[in-house]
Amino acid sequence: MKVLVTVKEVAELADDFEVDGTEVDDRYLEYDLNEWDDYAVEEGVQMNEAGVADEVVTVTIGPERAEETIRMALAKGADRSIRVWDEALEDPDLLDVETKTKILSAVVAEEDPDLVLTGVQAGDDAFGATGVALADEIDFEWGAVVNALDMDADEGVAHVHRELEGGVEELTDIELPAVLTIQTGINEPRYASLRGIRQAQSKEIAPKTLDDLGLDADAVESDLKLTDMYEPESESDAEIFEGDAGETAGKLADVLREKGVVQ
Amino acid sequence: MSDVLAVTEHRRGELRDESFEVISAGRELADDAGGDLHLAVISGDVDSYADTLNRDGVDTIHTVEYGEEFNHDVYAQAIEALFADLEPTFVLMPNSVNGLDYAPAVANSLDLPLVTDVIGFEYDGGLTATREMYGSKVETTVEVEGDQFALTTRGAEWPEAEGVGEADVSAFDFDPDEDAIRSTVTGFEEVGAGDVDISEAEFLVSIGRGIEEEDNLPLIEDLVEATGATLSSSRPIVDNGWLPKNRQVGQSGSQVTPTVYLAIGISGAVQHVAGMKGSDTIIAINNDPNAPIFDIADYGIVGDLFDVVPELIEQFE
Ligand SMILES: Cc1cc2nc3c(=O)[nH]c(=O)nc-3n(C[C@H](O)[C@H](O)[C@H](O)COP(=O)(O)OP(=O)(O)OC[C@H]3O[C@@H](n4cnc5c(N)ncnc54)[C@H](O)[C@@H]3O)c2cc1C
Repeated sequence: MKVLVTVKEVAELADDFEVDGTEVDDRYLEYDLNEWDDYAVEEGVQMNEAGVADEVVTVTIGPERAEETIRMALAKGADRSIRVWDEALEDPDLLDVETKTKILSAVVAEEDPDLVLTGVQAGDDAFGATGVALADEIDFEWGAVVNALDMDADEGVAHVHRELEGGVEELTDIELPAVLTIQTGINEPRYASLRGIRQAQSKEIAPKTLDDLGLDADAVESDLKLTDMYEPESESDAEIFEGDAGETAGKLADVLREKGVVQ
Repeated sequence: MSDVLAVTEHRRGELRDESFEVISAGRELADDAGGDLHLAVISGDVDSYADTLNRDGVDTIHTVEYGEEFNHDVYAQAIEALFADLEPTFVLMPNSVNGLDYAPAVANSLDLPLVTDVIGFEYDGGLTATREMYGSKVETTVEVEGDQFALTTRGAEWPEAEGVGEADVSAFDFDPDEDAIRSTVTGFEEVGAGDVDISEAEFLVSIGRGIEEEDNLPLIEDLVEATGATLSSSRPIVDNGWLPKNRQVGQSGSQVTPTVYLAIGISGAVQHVAGMKGSDTIIAINNDPNAPIFDIADYGIVGDLFDVVPELIEQFE
């Protein structure tokens, strides 16, 4: 069985940052592997180790810079990677779900996986929609917010738990081929070993343009346009304690006594 | 007419709060656009649900009888069929876990632009939606091109609709393609019961990823000991296996309503806040002055928890 895992490099904002137009300047951004994708990669690698999968391929839509993050996924045990980028992707400040869906479905057409794993959401734009939209596009079955997975490859069924709200899980049987969006906590993502990091250097990261995938620039015409970005106005009237650690802790202790929760 | 089709949600025989919130959001949008508000109620005891959903502002409730519980294949097909019938300008769906499981498929099938997790919108012939990025650190406005749109609305952003409405209830003639139903819900499982019930606690000391390592847990346990508090946490602490699931506060954890909620090294992501915003008094210790937790806190310390917590312990020893 072949598993395709979507891997996104996401930006995190520094504690202090400034918004410039509809962007945060690069110097306030730190790039990292998307938290949810880390669990998706781990799930794929574990299936490989268990002999359920025989190849784990990652796919990333991202500029060359993303290769550092992709190497992380390779160092954790993915077999090879595909990175899609194109001049046409540089302009839109927000890639909508439809664009990502079109690109990823072209990759699926080339790779023909039996299972696609994505993260539930990306920590930066938090659309939480790509996996399920992709499934619809490629006519795979799907399951969103999966926090337990038991593959029955012979029967062609994935037995999953979907983590609902309020501590309730739904048990669902999903026919393969399928796309599953993976929730944090499903496994324990490994740290890349030194050996893994060394091996990752020689693994393939295949760059692809839209043209390579049989797409043209129309594919990335987004229906969504970011028109403004700002720090939300806080409606909070929080009283912030001033002073050094001792003083602030003293004031906090006073509040706790006042509220009667500590004697 | 610029009508709105809003999709409701239920689980194990009960309508969920999202259903009543999506009515309010739908009414707002229908008023902006000058159209009617249609509700879809799919699967389960649809007639009794329709009775309860008949609140102020709803024009028509479409009941779709098919199966007992949520199944995304059924939902997607039913919504697509309703869409073809009603030709609404907007399809509104809750940004719940189940919403995440069908809304993107619906939008993709119908070729509608999709904006998820919206916290506000405006329509004046064109649609502008407001949503957050980077873990709630920034808000954005998004202009959406198109004539018809799919939106998912964040929970608890709109009030629950009240009052008794005068909606027409209409049974929708639904003939699904059974071959396209390729998933089966086989049951439910409650998780997280355990030694302590954090929802009963009066004083919660809650820790997040800011504590960095499991080795730092004893520091917090000392604080808990010194103050007689109950220990809870955000999700990553549980994901890492440092605390059991029954300590997790939030959307997928527990809802808590203590007298005091002390959030230490917790950023205040929306899914966390969903579980603790009902606390009487919220206090946050965080070294990031922009952390969203300060937006809902009553008191705050902007500082390093490793400096503040030892001092706090000293106050009670
Ligand atoms: C479907 C779904 C369901 C979810 N359900 C839940 C849920 O039930 N509960 C939940 O909590 N999350 C849930 N999440 C995850 C949620 O989105 C966040 O990822 C999570 O709440 C973040 O936890 P955190 O605040 O501990 O970590 P972070 O967001 O990483 O925040 C850590 C904070 O600690 C601060 N900090 C770091 N070092 C220090 C220091 N030395 N001193 C003081 N402060 C410091 C940082 O400034 C930061 O603000 C869910 C997500 C999804 C998609």
